Amino acid sequence: MSDFPWLLAMIAVPAVGAAVVAALPRERALLAKQVALGVGLVVLLLAVLTTLAFDAGGPRFQLTTSVPWIPDFGSDFALGVDGIALVMVLLVGVLVPLVVAASWHEADAGPRPVRVFFAWLLLLEAMMVGVFVATDVLLFYVFFEAMLVPMYFLIGSFGGPRRQYAAVKFFVYSLVGGLVMLASVIGLYVVSAAVLGEGTFAFDTLTRIDIDPDVQRLLFLGFFIAFAIKAPLVPFHTWLPDSGAEAPVGGAVLLVGVLDKVGTFGFIRYCLPLFPDASRFYAPFVLVLAVVGILYAALLAMGQSDMKRLVSYTSISHFGFIALGIFAFTIEAGTGAVLYMVNHGLATGLLFLVVGMLIARGGSRRIADYGGVAAKAPLLAGAFLVAGLASLALPGTGSFVSEFLVLIGSFPERPVFTVLATLGIILAALYVLLMYQRTMHGPARGVLLQEDPAEPLPEGGGATATATLTTPRRTLRVADLGRRELTVVAPLVALILVLGVYPQPLIDLIEPAVVATLDDMGASGGTDR
Amino acid sequence: MSETLPADGLLGWSWLLIALPLAGAAVLLLGGRRTDRWGHLLGTATVGAAFLLALLCTVQLAGQDGTPADVELFTFIATGELDVTAGLLFDPLSAVFVLLITGVGSLIHVYSIGYMAHDPGRRRFFAYLNLFVAAMLLLVLGNSFVALYVGWEGVGLASYLLIAFWYTRPGAATAAKKAFIMNRVGDVGLALAIFIMFAQLGTTSYAGVFGSVGTLAGGTITAIGLLLLLGACGKSGQFPLQAWLPDAMEGPTPVSALIHAATMVTAGVYLIARSAPIYDLTPTARAVVLAVGALTLLIGAIAGCAYDDIKKVLAYSTVSQIGYMFLAVGLGPAGYVAGLAHLLTHGFFKAGLFLGAGSVMHAMDDQVDMRRFGGLWNKLPVTFATFGLGYLALIGFPFLSGYYTKDAIIEAAFDRADVWGWLLGGVAILGAGLTAFYMTRLMLMTFFGRRRWTEGQHPHEAPAVMTVPMILLALGSIGAGFVLVVATPLADWLEPVFGPPEEAAHAIPPVVVAAIVTGVAAIGVLAAWLFVGRREVPVTAPVRVSPVTRAARHALYADAVNESLFMRPGQWLTRALVWVDNRGVDGAVNGLAAGLGGSSSRLGRAQTGFVRTYALGMLGGAVVVAGALLAVTAG
Repeated sequence: MSDFPWLLAMIAVPAVGAAVVAALPRERALLAKQVALGVGLVVLLLAVLTTLAFDAGGPRFQLTTSVPWIPDFGSDFALGVDGIALVMVLLVGVLVPLVVAASWHEADAGPRPVRVFFAWLLLLEAMMVGVFVATDVLLFYVFFEAMLVPMYFLIGSFGGPRRQYAAVKFFVYSLVGGLVMLASVIGLYVVSAAVLGEGTFAFDTLTRIDIDPDVQRLLFLGFFIAFAIKAPLVPFHTWLPDSGAEAPVGGAVLLVGVLDKVGTFGFIRYCLPLFPDASRFYAPFVLVLAVVGILYAALLAMGQSDMKRLVSYTSISHFGFIALGIFAFTIEAGTGAVLYMVNHGLATGLLFLVVGMLIARGGSRRIADYGGVAAKAPLLAGAFLVAGLASLALPGTGSFVSEFLVLIGSFPERPVFTVLATLGIILAALYVLLMYQRTMHGPARGVLLQEDPAEPLPEGGGATATATLTTPRRTLRVADLGRRELTVVAPLVALILVLGVYPQPLIDLIEPAVVATLDDMGASGGTDR
Repeated sequence: MSETLPADGLLGWSWLLIALPLAGAAVLLLGGRRTDRWGHLLGTATVGAAFLLALLCTVQLAGQDGTPADVELFTFIATGELDVTAGLLFDPLSAVFVLLITGVGSLIHVYSIGYMAHDPGRRRFFAYLNLFVAAMLLLVLGNSFVALYVGWEGVGLASYLLIAFWYTRPGAATAAKKAFIMNRVGDVGLALAIFIMFAQLGTTSYAGVFGSVGTLAGGTITAIGLLLLLGACGKSGQFPLQAWLPDAMEGPTPVSALIHAATMVTAGVYLIARSAPIYDLTPTARAVVLAVGALTLLIGAIAGCAYDDIKKVLAYSTVSQIGYMFLAVGLGPAGYVAGLAHLLTHGFFKAGLFLGAGSVMHAMDDQVDMRRFGGLWNKLPVTFATFGLGYLALIGFPFLSGYYTKDAIIEAAFDRADVWGWLLGGVAILGAGLTAFYMTRLMLMTFFGRRRWTEGQHPHEAPAVMTVPMILLALGSIGAGFVLVVATPLADWLEPVFGPPEEAAHAIPPVVVAAIVTGVAAIGVLAAWLFVGRREVPVTAPVRVSPVTRAARHALYADAVNESLFMRPGQWLTRALVWVDNRGVDGAVNGLAAGLGGSSSRLGRAQTGFVRTYALGMLGGAVVVAGALLAVTAG
């Protein structure tokens, strides 16, 4: 089974799928959706099979494929997964089909062809898989940059009213980061040529060469800035609320759920093992950014009136936790940080999806335009609450396990930073419950109130939705989750709860890779187990 | 604590105690409207079954002389040096709590069948109530601080859901949020305590922590003790985190009885009693526990005197009574058993009082203003009788439940035989007088005097499904104190946990203490009669009142302090930061990017000039590359 090129297949299938979808005639919109969903499900199946083929106790990189790519530069098309990359690929596999289903009608009304939306989505999936499974630094860089293109078009062509501004801002920020990283990638090659006599981009080889600490600090910065913009960390964050708010909901889920994780993935995969001395040198600085980000973004989230911007800010706060876990340099915190990436993808993915479902009903992103929705749409409210509770890391949800691991693992090394970060759990409760209370609780109000109670309901059920809630003249009319929406929400809710009770299988996958990373950088605690 | 037995027999099945109500909640939540007809029965049955199982487990535990049983379930989180096993500890202490939770919980489930009979959300109500029981049982059964934390936040969620049960009322929604947030403040303390335990001892299990806590420096132990206390204060509504509990009365009354009187709010007492091996090593933290308890028992009692809302009076009474329990466990070995005994009897009589209040509200169209009650004693005879017994138990009427357990706490305080002992004992006696005052005021305004009902009200006694639980709890109000303190001493049962009961050298003979407490309580009753019983009760509260009364009516301004210290500055800070982020941070970066692009509004103006920006970016990148190469070759 391990001879099959699983990783290549997970890049090729969605890439080919994207081409097929793009080639469909414009009027075959439904077929485009069905193909996209089918491809997404195939990739999910591949990801699951890959996980089964992966041996958690085996060598670090497995299921490797390598063909010479640019021999002149010593660069190979080299793929392989460790536990960290594997769980990220699983996350991609889970989210994409759900996003396809959730975005079923996303592009129906717009001026651009439906097939284009889904083609970009599938191409994005191919790039996201590629960025996680590349084991050649140049190849990683190529995927890292190429990933921008489909997301740029998803935001710019299918987004909200200010989509152009948001898309350009997203692109420019990412591009600046990418170019700085390119400089470091080239620098890394030059250094390897100087040390080995022949330059290489192979990750494994590069982690084993000794780089002068001063050079490390310079090269580290190139990678770090790119990843800090991508993650994003405060103060590189201001593009995300715009992109998150203007992107179509499916795009926002993948943007915040996966794309941004490439930044934190980059920290642990590239910054730490390639530049161990520089990582240690800059750690206090990064931790300051992380903890400031946790508290600052949480306070900002509280102050938002736009639900999608609010969720974007909560993510910035969460990325602070992930960065804290990575730069604490302990097994517990590192494992927690990687687990956090997965759980955050599920939790914030669900939150974005549910918020999107509410916005689809009311046509407004403003919190103040809703109120008392729970009375008429209990399933929507329930899914909203689960997503919110996962976002505030309540025990029983997967997010709790990861946040707990990050904090308890960081505390022995960095007690002051950890104590400050822990205050973030109060703020998280505030921003989640304020939004939930204002939209779901209280008396009925806002855009969903309708004058004429005799009008028929929109599709999608809600048998009791005819009862009046406030004055007889204006009634809250909102359909509860329909079958398609339930199909999207239910798997995420189930995963969030299962990973909250029994996270150990994922931890067992992640931990060896974290241990290997810490060993690479010779960090204390790396050899304890 | 040192010795445990592997769980065999029924104790091996003790995880079912949690699983049963949890499964009930899952069925009711996932089953949807299909379960509307029988959901409440399933919910009640699962808790009843858990109670029976708890009884059998306790019998087995008694059979092995109280040697704790450790039930290992599965590996929850294991990475690096952290190893958290999902496991249960069934020992005499947890057994006491499990019996209280499932016993009172069963009665309140039964009562709720009647109380919520006409509520369209009844199924949801029972689902949440079951969820609460499951989380609460996890809290007291977990064998590590992490398991406790999971249950701790779990009951917080259930409490949130149930306070907000009637969520279309803004008051209920806000109260629920307030409860959750204030609890989270406490949870930070609990979490940090756990972090310190792991950092210093490498473990979070009770056995591991208690076994090695003695090796830590005194300051560290004190820090742990104080952080645990912060958590306990949040959950138990103790100073300075007491302000959420009275607001929590927005929830349905059975919730107030079960969660916000008998069980969840006593979790703080459980935490401190469970952590006795830690507190035994830190007199400082223990002194703070004492101070918090004494202060809160006074704050609660004073506020209880001034409110007209029957549930709020009972809520402040709960705050005050838990203050007594904190005071007791703050005394250390001399007080643990007394505090827990009071916790149990309080569980009976306060749950009974709340159910009685619910019955009154049921009869009076959900009215809670005592100024609109009066003369109900002969309309609601069963409620009056059971409520009256709970009242007598609470004010410490001789030989009823509260008499034994509250007196034990006051005696233990005096037994310290120093100036602090006298002070604490004095505060506790003063509190007893205030308790007698506010409870007598409540009785007089509700059941006696002129009928000040809203027109058209015809109060009638509740159905048997509600009165039977009230009667059973009233029996507890009568006998629980005698049973626990005199007949089958709780101290002996808890000996495996807290060690053999000490024969304290009483500073003041117990008879004298009892006489003083009873005398002061009698003065409180008399005062209430003079102020309330003898006069006509105005239907609207008098406006021109003394500053003391005004302060009491505002619960000594706890909300005002929270608002001006945290809420308003927080809102101000948030608004300022939003402005800074939009104008400052984003503006600066935009300006920088635009500067690179050569025009100040490039980003704002869509895609025009985009390619140029791109090209310039490339150029900038090339410059950096060249610089990096130079640096590398030079280095």
